[in-house]
Formats: sequence, C-alpha cells, structure tokens
Amino acid sequence: MAHEIVEQNGGVDSLILLGLRTRGVPLAHRIERAIAAFEQADVPCGELDITLYRDDLLAGQVRPLQESFLPTDVTDMKVVLVDDVLFTGRTIRAALDAVMDYGRPRSIELAVLVDRGHRELPLRANYVGKNVPSSRDESVSVRVTEIDGNDEVVIMRSAEVRESRTWRSVS
Amino acid sequence: MLKTSAAVNGHVTTPSAVERHPWTGRRHVLDLDDFSRDEIEEVLRTADRMKDVLARPIRRVPSLRGRTIVNLFYEASTRTRVSFELAAKNLGADVVNIAASGSSVEKGETLLDTARTLRGLGADIMVLRHPDSGAPYTVARHTDLSVVNAGDGLHAHPTQALLDAYTIRERIGRIEGLRVLIVGDILHSRVARSNAWCLARLGADVTFCGPPALLPPTSVSDHDRAPWPARVDLHLDHAVEGVDVIMPLRVQLERQDGSRLASLRSYARDYGINRARLARAASHAIVMHPGPMNEGVEIDADVAHGDRSVVQQQVTNGVAVRMAVLYLLTAAVRAAAVTDAEEAQKPAAKSGNATNGRKA
Amino acid sequence: MTRIRIRNGRVIDPTRRDEVIDLVIVDGRVDGFIAASETGEFDREIDARGFVVAPGFVDLHTHLREPGFEDKETVATGVMAAVAGGFTTVCAMPNTNPTLDTAGDIEFVLAAGRKAGKARVIPLGTVTRGEAGKELSDTAEMAAAGAVAFSDDGKPVYDARMMRYALSESLRHGKPVVNHCEDPAIADGGVMNEGPVSDLLGLKGMSRAAEDVMVARDIELARHTGGRLHLAHISTEGSIRLLRRAKRDGLAVTAEVTPHHLTLTEDWVVAPGGQKNGEGRPAAVQYDTRAKVNPPLRREEDRQALIAAVAEGLIDAIATDHAPHRSIDKDCTFDEAAFGISGLETTLGSLMKLVEAGQLTLPDVIRRITLDPCRTFGLPFGSLAVGAPADIVIMDPEASWTVDASSFHSKGKNTPLDGHTLRGQVVMTLVDGRVAYERGGA
Repeated sequence: MAHEIVEQNGGVDSLILLGLRTRGVPLAHRIERAIAAFEQADVPCGELDITLYRDDLLAGQVRPLQESFLPTDVTDMKVVLVDDVLFTGRTIRAALDAVMDYGRPRSIELAVLVDRGHRELPLRANYVGKNVPSSRDESVSVRVTEIDGNDEVVIMRSAEVRESRTWRSVS
Repeated sequence: MLKTSAAVNGHVTTPSAVERHPWTGRRHVLDLDDFSRDEIEEVLRTADRMKDVLARPIRRVPSLRGRTIVNLFYEASTRTRVSFELAAKNLGADVVNIAASGSSVEKGETLLDTARTLRGLGADIMVLRHPDSGAPYTVARHTDLSVVNAGDGLHAHPTQALLDAYTIRERIGRIEGLRVLIVGDILHSRVARSNAWCLARLGADVTFCGPPALLPPTSVSDHDRAPWPARVDLHLDHAVEGVDVIMPLRVQLERQDGSRLASLRSYARDYGINRARLARAASHAIVMHPGPMNEGVEIDADVAHGDRSVVQQQVTNGVAVRMAVLYLLTAAVRAAAVTDAEEAQKPAAKSGNATNGRKA
Repeated sequence: MTRIRIRNGRVIDPTRRDEVIDLVIVDGRVDGFIAASETGEFDREIDARGFVVAPGFVDLHTHLREPGFEDKETVATGVMAAVAGGFTTVCAMPNTNPTLDTAGDIEFVLAAGRKAGKARVIPLGTVTRGEAGKELSDTAEMAAAGAVAFSDDGKPVYDARMMRYALSESLRHGKPVVNHCEDPAIADGGVMNEGPVSDLLGLKGMSRAAEDVMVARDIELARHTGGRLHLAHISTEGSIRLLRRAKRDGLAVTAEVTPHHLTLTEDWVVAPGGQKNGEGRPAAVQYDTRAKVNPPLRREEDRQALIAAVAEGLIDAIATDHAPHRSIDKDCTFDEAAFGISGLETTLGSLMKLVEAGQLTLPDVIRRITLDPCRTFGLPFGSLAVGAPADIVIMDPEASWTVDASSFHSKGKNTPLDGHTLRGQVVMTLVDGRVAYERGGA
C-alpha cells in the first residue's frame, strides 16, 4: 500500500499521513516507516482523534476523548487518512470534517486495511489492503501487534456479537 | 409522589458494571459535593482536549449539534455567561441567553414557570445562575431539564471550582498534597465552598481565612461541625506561610449592609494579599481570583497583575472546562435516555437475555 | 333521645381512666361507662375492639386562613382536616385578611365554624390591630365575643411596650397572650435554623438566640405585670430552660410544642427523611421546602430536650400550628417558599413515633392534646367525664399507613411526611355525639 500511495501521488512531496485513532495510528506509522525505507524520505505522520466529530453522541455512544497530533499544518498538503476498517463511512465523514477544521488541504485520500462493504454514504477508499465481504450483523475487527499483541483480522458472527457501549479506559 | 432523592441529584445510583464512563447516571451538575474523584478527573482530561480545539484556527466541533442550551441568569455576570455561551457555541449547540431583567421574569413569572416554558420550547440543558441557594435543585426536581449550576446564592459554583483546579494543575503540575488558602468573604462565597469540595476531593489541603464577620457561623463558633473539608484560620499572616495557592475572594461590596464589615481599610490591612504576604508563601505559589477584583482591597494591583497571578489563565481555561462539562453531561444524559428507551421497549418478561455492558 | 354505645375499646380519659370498658353516649353527652356484659337498647353500637377511645383532641394553634386566604384553606376544609386527624376543637389564629381585630371578626369565624358543623372552632383575636404592632386591639371586647386568647402569630409582638400593655390587659379578661417568640433583628431574614446545615446549604439561618431572647423578655414582662403569658411553639433548649425557671418562680406562664418539632430536625431540609450516608453526609441534597417552617426545625439536641420536657410535664400542650399553603407557595426556591406545615392529619401518627420509641406513653400523648390544652386555655372539653359533651376520638394505634398528602382533607398538601409510613390512625371522630369523621367513609 505504501508504494501505491507514493506512486499515486507522484512522490512524497507535500504528503502527510494521518492515522485515525485508534488502530489507524499504528498502521499509519507502518506506512510511514515503509516509505522511509524505500524512498529514503521522511513523510510527516500524524494522529487524529475524531470523537468530537462523530454523529452518534446523541444516540448514546460515549467514548473517551484522545489527543490529536498534527506534525504540520495541513493547509495545501496532500492528506492521506489511514484507518483499519472501512464500513459505513461515517467515521471517514467525521474525519473529513475534522481535517477541514484544521486547515485547507490540497487533497484528501483514504487508505484502509480492510473494506468490509455496507457503505451508508457515497465514500470510497483510494487504497484498500483487502476487501472482506461481510454480512451486516457480523463484526469485523483488526488487531495490530502494537496494541493487541498480534496482527489479525477477526470476524465474529451475530450470535457472538455483544454490542458494547462500555468505556474502555486508556491509561 | 416525589421523584426519589437519588434521581433528583446529580446521580442515579446504578449497580456496578464492569467498565463504565465515570459520568454514567449523572443528569445535572449542581455542586461538587457529589462528584467522585474520577468524575472530576474526567472533566480535567476532557478540558485538555477542548483546549486543543481552542488552539486551532477553527475553534469549533460539531459534537453538540442539535442540542439547545439556555443560559438563564438572574444575576449580572459578564464573564461566566459569556464563558458558557462560547463553550456551548464551540460545541455546535444552539444557545439562548436570558437575562432576568427585560424578560417575563419581571412580570412575575416564577422560576419554575420559566423553566417549564423553556423546556417546552426545546431546551435540553439549562445553565442557571440565581440569587437563591438551592434554586437549581428546585428546577432539577420539578422539570426534566438537565441543569448546570452557574452559581446559586451562597451555595455553589461548580464550574468555577473545576476551572480553578484545572488552572492549578496546569501551572503547578499537581493538586495532591498542595496547600490552598482561600481568603476573604467566605460567608458569601459559593466559589470558596465549591473549591473546598473539589480540591479536597483531589487531595489538596484547604484553609479558609477571614474575619469572624465574614466566616460562616459554624466555622466561627462550632468548628467541629463545620460541613466543609477546610480548616479555619482567622489570621492571614499565620495562614499564608508556605502555601502553594492563594485565592483571595472579592469582598462583596454589593452584599455589605454596613453592619458586618466596619471598614474596607482595616480589611485590606489585615487580609489583603500584597507582595509582603506573597513572599511568605511557597516560592512557586500562585495567586488566583474568581473575578472581578477589587484592587487595593482584597488584592494589591501589583499582585493581581504580577507574574504569580494566573487570573487570565483562569478566564481562558473557563471556556475549555465549561466545554468539557457540557460535553460530558450531554453524553451521560443521552446515554441514559437511550438506555431508558431500550428498556421501555423490551417485552415485560425477559430473563437471561444478552444485555449491553451497561445497566439502566 | 339518641343512645350510642362504643364497645370494647380501651378508654383512656387522662387522669381518670385507662381500661377496656364500654362508653355510653346519650343525646350528645357522655352518659356513663358499662361493662361489656351489660345489656341495653341503643340506636347505634360501634365496635372499638383493639382501638383506643379518648376525648377528641383539642388544638390550641391552627391556621384556618379564612377570611382572606381561602385558596389555602377555609374554615370548612380546615375542620374536615381536623376531624380526620381526631381533633374535635381547634383554636383558629387571627392572622387572616382582614385580621381578627374586633368582636365582629370573632363572630364571623364562630359562625363559619358552626355552619361547617364538624370540629368546634374557637378563634383567637389579635394583640395589635392588623398585627401591625402599633396599636392594641380591643382584647376585652373580643374576649366578651368569645375569643379564647390573643396573638399576633405569624409575627412576634415585637414592641416590648405593646407586649407589656397586652399582658396587663390580660388581668382584665383572663385570657392568655400567646406570643410567637422571634426577635426579627436576630433572626435577620433567616429561612431555617442557623447551624452547620444552613451553612452547608448556603441559606441564611435563624439563630436559636432569636427565640430565646424574646422568651426571656416575655417571661420578665409577665413577671412584672402579673399577666397571663402563653409561649407558642417553642423549639429550643434555651426556651425550655427559661420556661422551667419561670414555672419554678410561680409565674402564669404556659407553653406549647408542635408535633414536627418533636419528631423532625433541620436535616429534613436537606433531604426528606433527614437521611445521611455512611460518612454522616446527607444522601442527596434537596432543599425540601416542605420542611420550611417557623420556628424552624432545629437540632437533634433541641428535639430531645423538647421530648424530655413533654414527658416531665413541663410543656402544657402539644399544638399543631397547622399551616396550609398552596403548592405555588412551596414549589419554588427555598428562600421564596412560605413557612408552614399542614399538620392536622399527621399529628397522631407523628406522636405515635415517640410512643413507639418508648419516650412517651400513649396516655401521656393523649393528655397533652386533650386535657392539658383545655386547662391551658380554660376550655370545657378534653375529658370523658360524665356529662361532658361527647367529643370523642376512636383510634387504631397499630394501623400502619402511608401519608398521601394529595388525599388530605386540608387544602394544604405541604408536609415533609408525604410518602412516609406512620403507625396510628384515627378511625372515627364524634363531635357532640355525632359522627363527624369515619375512616374509609365519605
């Protein structure tokens, strides 16, 4: 994916990676390291928490707020958002709103590890690691070594899904 | 029948769940005496994120879009009202400001009538400042508005205490173990009371200092029974030794009826915060003030504007802290509402069903 | 000739009788006592098995609000509340609108009471015209018209000179001057007892000194004038101390205490039931305006001192200070709320708590709301002597019931006991031998 990103953008000039919390962040850093390895160039890599932009607070979803970190101003940059799973597209829409409030990028692209379909908004990913068709009531989650200890994609069927609105404290 | 007392106050008591948002069950922010340490910490943490937002060119997020917040102020106040107004707008909420003069309040509409009318017009949260202690509790009990107390009589001013705690931690780095001195008209100060609850909960040591005429009756004559977690010292020169935070209070000229405080001059002499007294405090000591200040009375001008004064930061932090409070309260109330709606829809007899991680 | 027999009840006639026996009423008067086995012809027999039969209660201190405040209460609704609470006679306070300043005013209330036809209503007249504290009312004229005593209740007789004159006048008509002892300069606009609770809630407190100072003043004025003084609703340890001394000195001073001062404390303002959590802090703060009353609910020490004084016989009467208000008067901030508790219908249940706790006996309690009040104000009721009017209450001391203020007969639903469970309930009340109230009846 790192190669694709560089190729599509004609090089690393004005490129900035933004990992979406939580698991998009380590993925973004992996892409950052990969680019550094084969391009011998440092691409700025930031971390974006979009909790304040989500549309489900009023529906009762409570999540802890986490810090965002943008290494440079995004104005006039080519932003590549990085996330683990693309599903309904609402997270991405929130991320677009958030990025726009930080500045005026030249362009915004999206890279995801997994696209599981079932879009509710007219959005697509520019770069997809793997398409994983799923049914609506299954859950698809990505585990990354940096956070969960291993790399894997986990699909759970409906009977096992516990829709949880509990708080995960991040210490 | 009355609503149960638990439901009226900030919290609905719920059985313990495995992991839960610290603000779960909270419907109002009336005073800090019923806040757990976790809840207070949550505000401070969230305020950090809100400060990040305020540092951006676009100081706004859409989190509370669609919510209506009414600021109903029965007492004059520029800074608190504007602070709440900006906080609400920065979160994308719709804001209505009502000052007590020039509204139907003057025609004799009661507080509850006004509250019910506003609720009927779609208000979700009421931010209330009122000269009668307990007024927000009355609104909370008789309507289903969520109430944030912006100052009730002599009783409480929770958001001020939260922003004070935030400022202290920002400037000194911690609160646990700090010695905090609050000086002045403690009797009439809701800021002093809320600060005592908040700072003690966070592990600080609080002392009230003032002349007997300006201390609550129990603090003077019946100190063992005084309800606040604060010591009392009548002598400033003794109390100020080595303290980390000095908070002089506004000597309430508008409340003096002439019979309590004989002269501002002698007050300033014995209880004013000046350079000499500041020098006896800890070397890193900071000076705070809820504002507005009577320079030359409770605080000298050079101290008020000196490098130890954090008064400006208090004001700035006020918006971030109030954004945090409005955000967390809305989240808690909406989560409870959704849970209640789900519970209501469940068929009567259902046992052993898979439940959410939370219990209503 | 109407003959009624009350069977199998425990008849408690203070100082005279406490036994299970049948009581006979003939033509509205107590005719005699007979054994259960005796036969006879009766128009009605009432089975009081398991119940207590006592003289109808007599309240020295009720606010019927009429004339002038009929949306809070009328004489008609007030006397319904009275008989529902077991009271067959109530003394009505004159802080109406207009106040009861003249013989005509006294006659108005007497007539309203007769018309309502439930409990007897005996008015008090004001001490000063309009209760304004400036000119004395014509107390002698009102006494002749039937006033039982004089008071500016609601307010104190603030001017010492007025109080002195009023006490001197009492030598002429023999009726007590009843003072609400509260020095306004010390009370200073307070809304509850001054202490840790008022500090906690940020409310202005009324120091106990406000009452003690005026009690001391009035006792000395009574001493100097020889006049007849009655202290309304005393609430502090200080007042008791002063009262004890006054009685020891042989002064013509009497005093009453309310049921709420005997059973509730200032903690009830914080939260209904005065609950505290594990750390001794209130469970949840409420600012309960239903607990706003004047004199205010005080500390536990004061409450215990009042109970001990009642047990000792130092207190001459328990009087309700029934003070009905509209919900708009109470559904507001604590500072704005009116003072007062609607108490006629919960008096027995409240006092039974003290009996349950072993602090007072049931005969003692009955005595303090029947015989003793009548002696204090010179009323010919409060006993079951042969020939006395058949003002009788039949009560069930074991009945457990939950207070539901919305179903009070009084217009005033303002009680902090709403939703609480009490034991002790009135089953039937007779006035002049007629059934004025029946539990479960219309």
